[in-house]
Amino acid sequence: MMDGSRAETAAQIERLLETEGETVAENLTDLNQGRYESVARLDEYDAYKSRARSIKADAIERLPELIETVRTAVEDNGGAVYLADDADDANRYIREVVQDENADTVVKSKSMTTEEIECNEALSAAGVSVWETDLGEFVLQVADESPSHIVVPAIHKSREAIAELFNEAFEPDEPLETPAELTAFARDHLGAKIRSADVGITGANFIAADTGTIALVTSEGNARKTVAVPDTQITVAGVEKLLPTLSDLQPFVELIGRSGTGQDITSYVSLFTPPVATPPVNFDGPETPIADDDRERSFHLVLIDNGRLDVRDDPQLRETLYCIRCSACLNSCANFQHVGGHAFGGETYSGGIATGWETTVNGIGSAASFNDLCTGCSRCVNQCPVEIDIPWINTVVRDRINRSGDADAFSFLVDPLVPDTQPDGLDPQKRFFGSFEWIATLASKTAPVSNWLPKLPGARSILERTLGIDRRRELPQFKRETLRSWFHARDGPALDTVRRTAVLYPDCYTNTVHVDRGKAAVRVLEALGVAVEMPAIRSSGRAPLSQGMIDTARQHANAVAADCIPLIEDGRDVVVIEPGELAMFRSEYAKLLDEERAESIATASYDLFEYIYGLLENGGDSTALAGPAEPVAYHAHCQQRTLGLESYTTAVLERLGFDVIESDVECCGMAGSFGYKSEYYDLSIDVGTALAEQFRTPATTDRTVVASGTSCTDQLDDLLERTPRHPIELLDPHTQNS
Amino acid sequence: MPTPLATFESSLQEVESSVTRTTPQSLEATLQAVIERPAVGVQLPFDTCSLADLDVNLHPTPRTLQSAVCGITTAVLGIATYGTLVLEATPTGSELSSLFPDHHVAVLRAADVVPDMETAFEHLSELVAAGRGDHVLATGPSATADMGSLVYGAHGPREVTVVLVEE
Ligand code: SF4
Repeated sequence: MMDGSRAETAAQIERLLETEGETVAENLTDLNQGRYESVARLDEYDAYKSRARSIKADAIERLPELIETVRTAVEDNGGAVYLADDADDANRYIREVVQDENADTVVKSKSMTTEEIECNEALSAAGVSVWETDLGEFVLQVADESPSHIVVPAIHKSREAIAELFNEAFEPDEPLETPAELTAFARDHLGAKIRSADVGITGANFIAADTGTIALVTSEGNARKTVAVPDTQITVAGVEKLLPTLSDLQPFVELIGRSGTGQDITSYVSLFTPPVATPPVNFDGPETPIADDDRERSFHLVLIDNGRLDVRDDPQLRETLYCIRCSACLNSCANFQHVGGHAFGGETYSGGIATGWETTVNGIGSAASFNDLCTGCSRCVNQCPVEIDIPWINTVVRDRINRSGDADAFSFLVDPLVPDTQPDGLDPQKRFFGSFEWIATLASKTAPVSNWLPKLPGARSILERTLGIDRRRELPQFKRETLRSWFHARDGPALDTVRRTAVLYPDCYTNTVHVDRGKAAVRVLEALGVAVEMPAIRSSGRAPLSQGMIDTARQHANAVAADCIPLIEDGRDVVVIEPGELAMFRSEYAKLLDEERAESIATASYDLFEYIYGLLENGGDSTALAGPAEPVAYHAHCQQRTLGLESYTTAVLERLGFDVIESDVECCGMAGSFGYKSEYYDLSIDVGTALAEQFRTPATTDRTVVASGTSCTDQLDDLLERTPRHPIELLDPHTQNS
Repeated sequence: MPTPLATFESSLQEVESSVTRTTPQSLEATLQAVIERPAVGVQLPFDTCSLADLDVNLHPTPRTLQSAVCGITTAVLGIATYGTLVLEATPTGSELSSLFPDHHVAVLRAADVVPDMETAFEHLSELVAAGRGDHVLATGPSATADMGSLVYGAHGPREVTVVLVEE
């Protein structure tokens, strides 16, 4: 039995997996694939990303100045600018404009910012009828649902569901069925609304401050009509949408469609400098030539603060304001792909970056409701066109949530186990997983008893109730003989020539659970002429970091630096088996340590196969390694892929004659502790099943399964009949000899 | 290296737009062959071609705009790598003619095709600074995937034809 809030989360996820999961997964996989293809076609992709990032960094730095610049520009053009403190303030202004126009009908193009301030509700309450003209938003308006995705709001709705909805709501003479019929129907229905509209409300993707030009990135043409037809235009935008100049728009125009829907460019990118030159169209006077309509256009730019200017002063979350809401971080997220934004989102925004947005505009409570769904797998990081470290934003917010909790009834269980320095309110589940190094040390010392204990009747139920460890999940089997004790007890070989000296980093998974892969790594390195050393080094801090325990993670980082840097300065390389640990050394330490130490560790540390590849390239003797080669199915670790290191494993295996098929899912769904947690078990299995299925196709079903990470190995072990191995075990000279 | 014009033509095909090349002298005949009636549009900057003579309504009312099946406008630029047309929204209502009818026919001087987005933005910055501030970068027909699969002709045109005029 789980505790109450865990059971609620689990039930919500299970319901969404059943109702929306399939449609969401199908649509998002397409968008994700489309993005990979579209950005590959852009030669200057990386250069554009860096440029986009520096433009945003500069714009946010100069934000107060840009607000004044755009005010002048818009006023010179004949429009008005209103800077709204919060949602109420914005809605009051918008309502006044609408009432001054005596408007009965308002049409809108898609805008997440108006969702944020709940503009429709405010206008409806004032007796105005408001119509969403974007077809996806219109579906949601009819269904009375909220967006499940920031760019494709009705992505959770299948064609069948939309047809049923329209047929029920509008009772057309002939029931609607095909996408073309549904589109034509909505176009006609909304066309009439647009023709009778008195005011058009749009959002903005970007605003050029120097000219007052609004950029709208769309495909349907509804935003163009919303601007063209009524004589009054209101544009609602967060202050962060301001860019200094019109020419700054260029890299964003090249990146935004590719990053979101995977289109090189969307059908329409409108660059309007309102009030626009197009004459308004009065469909109530249908016989007067449009050009003779002498109504003056009016334009209101409503800039929304609503927490943004505060977050600008928050160094850890400030980059949220760089976000251009392209949706790449949603589409590339394995959890998001399976459950969608109704679980993976707060009051308004969805996906990984929504943690930053919700904390900014709706408060940390809204972010807390879904923040755990970011597992820190980092697959989104390279996809973000403005290079935001989205997992870091999630970690920072998790840390703040941890600090805001109340002491838990079960804290006493974890207290004696884990000498950490975390706040009292920290959830014991998080504290338990965050302290994996201590747990592993203790469990290994007491193995095999520690492995039997959970098998006692009722033990799993207690673990589930107190720590939220799902009883369906196999627990790790700790070894009494650790890798380090084996290493130091044996007589290492005398090497003819020592090519390099390396510290093989004894991460606690390899050291206490997956000991065999560690032994294989030692023998492979030695066979290639590496003098291997294995001193005691603290665990990297990945486990506490993933639970949002940043202070504890920093202590680990400091300890690792104290252990490693003297060795590195002595000329040793640091070779790492577990990709999640290597990612700490190569990326996360930049946030936890001073630049000099972080740089030193990052430069000296290697992925195991990256290192082997280097040895083989430089004359290492591959015949010293095991054969014969067999066909393998390989799943690389998510963080390894983010670092661009997975190709070394494939390259080495292929060099040795193995035939390799790689999986292409973003993540295995286990993601450290995530898959153990009872509230996320079903989602984890759903995500993992997509991977397992790739290894059950006719081309892969007979292959040896290899995986680089502990989590991936455990997940595949739970889901496949074959027992996955670490790729290093295929190279182990010990196998050759035995 | 293909010329920008050749790149533009192949990009247009990739984004579901048709393209024909013509000269100022043959422009009227070319348009006669591609436009359907009733049509609306704006005057073209070629004295060799009169849209009024082609039975194109240059002073539409809301009703004639609504019932037109074809709209003829100019494009100020073509962007080769994307197959994008830069459509200026003018006081004469060019935006309306390019947006409401099912078929949009855009007339573009071949000399106004620029190689890439960067060059296009150099021109756009100048235009906007000169007070011509409203443009749509239009690429292919209006489209939506919100109803279960890709459908052309959501709120805007279902069909786009580009007439390239070589002088
Ligand atoms: S954080 Fe980056 S990837 Fe995510 S929506 Fe914002 S800009 Fe796009």
